[in-house]
Amino acid sequence: MKQRWNRKDLLGLRELSAEEITFILETADAFKEVGTREIKKVPALRGKTLVNFFVEPSTRTRTSFELAAVRLSADVINISASASSLAKGETLKDTARNLEALHADILVLRHSSAGAPQFLAQRLQASVINAGDGAHEHPTQALLDLYTIREKRGTIAGLHVAIIGDILFSRVARSNIFGLVKLGARVTLVGPSTLVPREFEKLGVEVSYKIDNVLPNADVVNLLRIQHERQRKEYFPGIGEYTRFFGLTKERAKLLKPDCLIMHPGPINRGVEIDSEVADGLQSVILDQVTNGLAVRMAVLYLCGGIAT
Amino acid sequence: MSATIIRNGRVIDPANKRDEIADLLIVDGKITPLSQLSTLNPQPDEIDASNLIVCPGLIDMHVHLREPGFGHKETIDSGARAAAAGGFTTIVCMPNTSPVADNPSTIAWIRNRAAGACVNVLPTGAISKGLAGEELAPIGSLAQAGVVAITDDGHCVQNHELMRRAVEYARMVGVPVLDECRDYNLVGSGVVNEGYWSTLLGLPGWPAVGEEVIVMRNILLAELCDHQVHCLHLTTAGSVRLLREARGRGVKISGEVCPHHIALTDEAIQSFDTNYKMNPPLRAQVDVDALLEGIADGTLSVLASDHAPHADFEKEVEFDTAPFGIIGLETELSLFLHLLVHKHRKIDIVRLIEMYTVEPAKLLKLDAGTLSVGASADVTLLDLDLEWTVRADEFQSASRNSPFDGRKLKGRAVRTIVGGKTVWRL
Repeated sequence: MKQRWNRKDLLGLRELSAEEITFILETADAFKEVGTREIKKVPALRGKTLVNFFVEPSTRTRTSFELAAVRLSADVINISASASSLAKGETLKDTARNLEALHADILVLRHSSAGAPQFLAQRLQASVINAGDGAHEHPTQALLDLYTIREKRGTIAGLHVAIIGDILFSRVARSNIFGLVKLGARVTLVGPSTLVPREFEKLGVEVSYKIDNVLPNADVVNLLRIQHERQRKEYFPGIGEYTRFFGLTKERAKLLKPDCLIMHPGPINRGVEIDSEVADGLQSVILDQVTNGLAVRMAVLYLCGGIAT
Repeated sequence: MSATIIRNGRVIDPANKRDEIADLLIVDGKITPLSQLSTLNPQPDEIDASNLIVCPGLIDMHVHLREPGFGHKETIDSGARAAAAGGFTTIVCMPNTSPVADNPSTIAWIRNRAAGACVNVLPTGAISKGLAGEELAPIGSLAQAGVVAITDDGHCVQNHELMRRAVEYARMVGVPVLDECRDYNLVGSGVVNEGYWSTLLGLPGWPAVGEEVIVMRNILLAELCDHQVHCLHLTTAGSVRLLREARGRGVKISGEVCPHHIALTDEAIQSFDTNYKMNPPLRAQVDVDALLEGIADGTLSVLASDHAPHADFEKEVEFDTAPFGIIGLETELSLFLHLLVHKHRKIDIVRLIEMYTVEPAKLLKLDAGTLSVGASADVTLLDLDLEWTVRADEFQSASRNSPFDGRKLKGRAVRTIVGGKTVWRL
């Protein structure tokens, strides 16, 4: 089984083949079953040390990785930027090398700069798992999205997936695009023209600015969190106008096919990108995504952690 | 008396339209007529330049020597040695030092240091106080202190009114204005060319229009004020088009190209190697093609390095946070020879030498860049066909931040002579 996987790091989905992605999803099947047992723990990473190194704040992803590692019997340390020596001016490289000197086996990195996981992976013996780098990639989020689609629909090839929202600044969107295209899905990006530049078409996807034309044909809609903080003010006029043009309102949800899946990487803004009733409706698989995230992250830690030794 | 004769070289002196196999006589640091050879006693030292090109010492009008303030990156002394090793006898250093070169005493300090350097080091002064873009630096006093141009390089004056007054004032005191063309609002936090690769990698984009808007501004102000404005390190097809049109109308605007902007495209950034991070960023192939055409038709008239040393520990960080810039003095001539003369055949060796001598000398009104009788004997010897491999660990520069380490190139300087004295040889 191991010959199907030979990477110590998971940096992004762009560098993975369709076979490697599928192999992770298959491995996650086995770990999903573990979560249903009375004793939800296996000894796969016993004696290994995993460091959750979150230079950018995160609760959801960090908790998911921590729980995944605990269920694999690894020892887990959590470090945040404010509590690390980065706050004292130490470089990322030095901080990471210090962690390695303490015999950390797996480093899960969340960082605001695109490429930070590559940077560390090239310099460390330890496994580096990208838990989100700037607007670049968030591979485990995309893998859990793929897992959820595959679980609910049986396949990914041939499905039409609409990703809606702030694509330009979204690492979730990029990793989803790479994974979905490799696995044969048709992808349409939807959002304001300033946040969904046409340049994305060169990645093998379609771009639309008319959500009402896209929703009736979609098998999956993946809504991204929309924010209007300081650096976004030049990109769109405001939340109200965003919701009017691109929000998945109760009315718009009627355009969807009955079996269309509604996904969201969270945390959701109820009433902004998605109406509350829609988020809690029968088509929503948002909480399945969270559950599946655990299985997918167990699979990733197991596979990469096994190579690093 | 000291005398040297350079024998049997191909002497190329574009200022005098000279290109012939000849001997070049240097007496007491000056270019001297060969007719005086018989009167010399003792006979001069001989340098055999067979199969070599003998040309006026090259000028790089855009380097950062980091002193005062950042001696851990480069010093005037180490930067001058790097220049000599690259074939340059005159370099022009930028004012973004600490303190900023916006006052006569800092210029005096730089000139004092430069006096001990192995090549001619000429300072520029700031356009605005502290490079802040808010009020004019004492441009007249800077000119009196010996700056050859004013520039806020490393920054760009955003206030068009201030820039207009700077160009008008610079005209009065007789110094050209050099400008890094970068609109802060359009560029924002951009670190790489806005295009396919920034979209793919999620790195903040630095759009071409962020350069072109300021190129257009500079064209309009050069025209309004009837004074020379030089656009540093141009990178985009749109900039070339704007400049071509303006120069065609006789506007006193000029543009410069750095070797990395034609040697590389933004595809290189997918490695997240910060030696591919510079300002302006590496662009797309269409831009590279336009720059090559701009060089071929004379729209872009100056070649320069934008030599920007940074210490390893400063560059070896996350891509977003790494400082912009790469070193270039020891690779630029070879890259341009390799790419412009050998590979793409866009210009011949005579024009290349002209772009490194006559053009910057004219722009900055320097008494340099020619082998005329009586000129200071600043001479570069080139081997046009020498194949070699770049070794960053052998650089004279105090820094190593070059993306060209290990690259095989054809053509390089083999000896650099300043004031009749050999300051470097291969």
